[in-house]
Amino acid sequence: MTNFTRIDPMNDARTTVAPHVRDAALPLAPPVKVSARDLNFWYDKFHAVKHINLDVPEKRVTALIGPSGCGKSTLLRVFNRIYALYPKMEAKGEVLLDGENILDPKYPMNRLRSKVGMVFQKPVPFPMTIYENVAYGIRHHEKLGKADLDARVELALRQAALWDEVKDKLKESGLGLSGGQQQRLCIARAVALKPDVLLLDEPTSALDPISTSRIEQLVEELKRDFTIMIVTHNMQQAARVSDYTAFMYLGDMVEHGATEQIFSNPVKQQTEDYITGRFG
Amino acid sequence: MNAIALPVSERDIADTRNDRLFRWVLGATALFVLITLAGAALSMLWGGRSVLASEGLNFFFSSDWNPVENKYGALVPIYGTVVTAVIAMLIAVPVSFGIAFFLTEVAPRWMRGPVGTAIELLAGIPSIIYGMWGFFVLMPVMREKMIPWLDENVGPIPFIGALFRGPPIGAGMLTSGIVLSIMVIPFISSVMREVFLTVPSRLKESAYALGATKWEVSWDIVLPYTRSAVIGGVFLGLGRALGETMAVAFVIGNSVNFTASLLEPSTTIAALIANDFGEATEEYRAALLLLGFVLFIVTFVVLAIARLMLANLSRKEGNR
Amino acid sequence: MSASMTTTIVLSDRDKAAAKLYRRRRLTNIIAIGLACAAAVFGLCFLGWILWTLLSKGLAHLSLSLFTQDQPPPMEAGGLRNAIVGSLMMCGMGIAIGTPLGVAAGTWLAEVGNHRKLGTVVRFVNDILLSAPSIVLGLFVYAAFVMQTGGNFSAIGGALALAFIVLPVVVRTTDEMLRLVPVQMREAALSLGVPQWKVTMQVLYRSALPGIVTGILLALARISGETAPLLFTAFGNEFFSLDVTGAMSAVPLVMYKFAGSGYENWEHLAWAGALLVTLFVLAVSLVARTLLLRNKIAND
Repeated sequence: MTNFTRIDPMNDARTTVAPHVRDAALPLAPPVKVSARDLNFWYDKFHAVKHINLDVPEKRVTALIGPSGCGKSTLLRVFNRIYALYPKMEAKGEVLLDGENILDPKYPMNRLRSKVGMVFQKPVPFPMTIYENVAYGIRHHEKLGKADLDARVELALRQAALWDEVKDKLKESGLGLSGGQQQRLCIARAVALKPDVLLLDEPTSALDPISTSRIEQLVEELKRDFTIMIVTHNMQQAARVSDYTAFMYLGDMVEHGATEQIFSNPVKQQTEDYITGRFG
Repeated sequence: MNAIALPVSERDIADTRNDRLFRWVLGATALFVLITLAGAALSMLWGGRSVLASEGLNFFFSSDWNPVENKYGALVPIYGTVVTAVIAMLIAVPVSFGIAFFLTEVAPRWMRGPVGTAIELLAGIPSIIYGMWGFFVLMPVMREKMIPWLDENVGPIPFIGALFRGPPIGAGMLTSGIVLSIMVIPFISSVMREVFLTVPSRLKESAYALGATKWEVSWDIVLPYTRSAVIGGVFLGLGRALGETMAVAFVIGNSVNFTASLLEPSTTIAALIANDFGEATEEYRAALLLLGFVLFIVTFVVLAIARLMLANLSRKEGNR
Repeated sequence: MSASMTTTIVLSDRDKAAAKLYRRRRLTNIIAIGLACAAAVFGLCFLGWILWTLLSKGLAHLSLSLFTQDQPPPMEAGGLRNAIVGSLMMCGMGIAIGTPLGVAAGTWLAEVGNHRKLGTVVRFVNDILLSAPSIVLGLFVYAAFVMQTGGNFSAIGGALALAFIVLPVVVRTTDEMLRLVPVQMREAALSLGVPQWKVTMQVLYRSALPGIVTGILLALARISGETAPLLFTAFGNEFFSLDVTGAMSAVPLVMYKFAGSGYENWEHLAWAGALLVTLFVLAVSLVARTLLLRNKIAND
């Protein structure tokens, strides 16, 4: 059994990995799906995100970590322009999705929304049946017959690992599910639109440990079909779940790279201090 | 930077257009709210402009209200409005505070919810019923007991006595003030109680832990913390008392002769309008509209102050 | 001198002063509590007196004829049918006019104008309207509508005046209920690419519906007892009428006319009407509160 040499696409670092190491079978340089170029963001006068350059590889999980207030959620929310709902928020720079700048005012919002889905910290099922929750987004974008819609709903629920638990109660209210189930419902709702990118904003911080680990397993499966960016304040979760990690502090991108490398061999001292818990 | 023209689907265009239309329609209704207020003020002013032109400032300071001769000095209704409201507040504020204090600190816990709810429901009783009660029940009592007593015992006192001399009719500013106060008590005490309940319990607990008595906690801790909101609630009650029609119309006596005595028939702006509008001539109606405008301005100022005071507490709690 | 089992406690001057202070504080406390109880009893007694008067005078004259016979001339028997029908019609119309406007304006406040200056202004103005004297709103409708349409009193005018009372209540409730919906629900729906108008109508309204209905019910309770705004808009009508373009009767209007009249049967009818109105108001208020409570429990 020979060792592999892995070239990290972020910084060209070469590491030797034993064959049994997870992800060793991955191709060496996955294409970049989303990238931020000199991205800056302001809340009113506060410069929350500073000169970010980040490449997010396709069909991998990229984690954003950092202490509270470092700007990781803010950064995530730029990727689907959800900040545009609120006054006094401004983003400057470029965010390229498949080569097109989504911050360009001419970029159609609906196309962005169908390509980039989001799941939030607090599970918020709509006040409708489980079926309707998942079908809601589909109905708006596509005109499907009942059979096709049923199939799409089932597919989304299977992808969210919720189908077996709810297949007999699709007509019941989404609010009757447990917390973990509700969050998987929200994931199903997001993947129902077949987006390319999934943004997960601290998806398990409101859940109990068992639901948390179920969702972490789910993320492992989801990355086969979607590019995933996950914000988490739980470092161990980032280490468990992600392929690439970006560490932010006070609005700056301190360091980013393969998760293995960040957690075992960080380049910057600040990163190491955070990882080892000297601050945070 | 790519210059590729991005294809925009028909649905995107429809969605953006619909959203814009939606926001526009909503905005129009919000604008309607603003227009309503302005419209209310301006329409009454416009309706009464002829009287304002002919009477000028006399409108406010003359007590010669003579519709037959088209002379309109509104001092009596204005005076009556203010005095009845003041009497109402003098009675209602301490009593409401007592009730609020009772409900938040003194009453046993099982009693607090039901009694509080009962008082809130009582605040919803239409004011005409208070007026009817005043007419059928309170007036006889005043006429037979209170007024003769006051007339005899307080009347002779120099200065203050002038306020308490009068024939035993039962109608007047005192009776109206009492009826108004009872009407306003459920309202003010509900507001006070709600406001007292917003005080963080750790604040009160710290005081109790230091050995403070229930009274001291209320007076020294709760009241200062909620002071703005309490004043706001009082002003809200004052606004209601100033503008109240039906509770007063039955027991004010409906007389436009000036009297300083609280025991003689008088009138208030709202009662005068309610009583006389139906059979009034066009010029008389103009005068009544102008009176309505005056009432509106006065209550507007009072309510604006109330709103500012209540917003103060909200800010202190950290809401926006 | 010798070692004894008990030690005599000697009060220092400081102890005595403290004890005196404590006694005075306790006394103040007891007096205050006493006064508070007296105030509560005083207030509740008067309120109870009023309810008792209402019940005793009204109950005796409640009968089926209230609903089957119309307003009688003095000293004849009769009922309140025309007044009840008139009240129901005008309240219904007032709610029908005021609710859509109120929900729309409230939605604007919560969804579009929420953190903006214009939103603060509209909320302020709405609060003023909420507490404005109802007679003023009646005069407004008189000056702006009745006078402009030839001076004719009508049920429509009355309904308009009531609608202006309903409007600020519904605006406020809709605004507050929509703002209670968690921000993530909004964002989640919008991030699916669904336009704002659909999100508001299909998701947000569904979530806030119980609260909004509560607001409408509270507005209904309020307008059903209003007299003053109807005085110069609907004016009242002795006869049974369903014509909304003409003057119309209402229970509070009849109460106002009959109560101080001196005619015995008229006064009886006035009290019966008073009891009817109060029962209606209390019933609607209770339904509204239960709705709100159930909604609060469901959402917590």
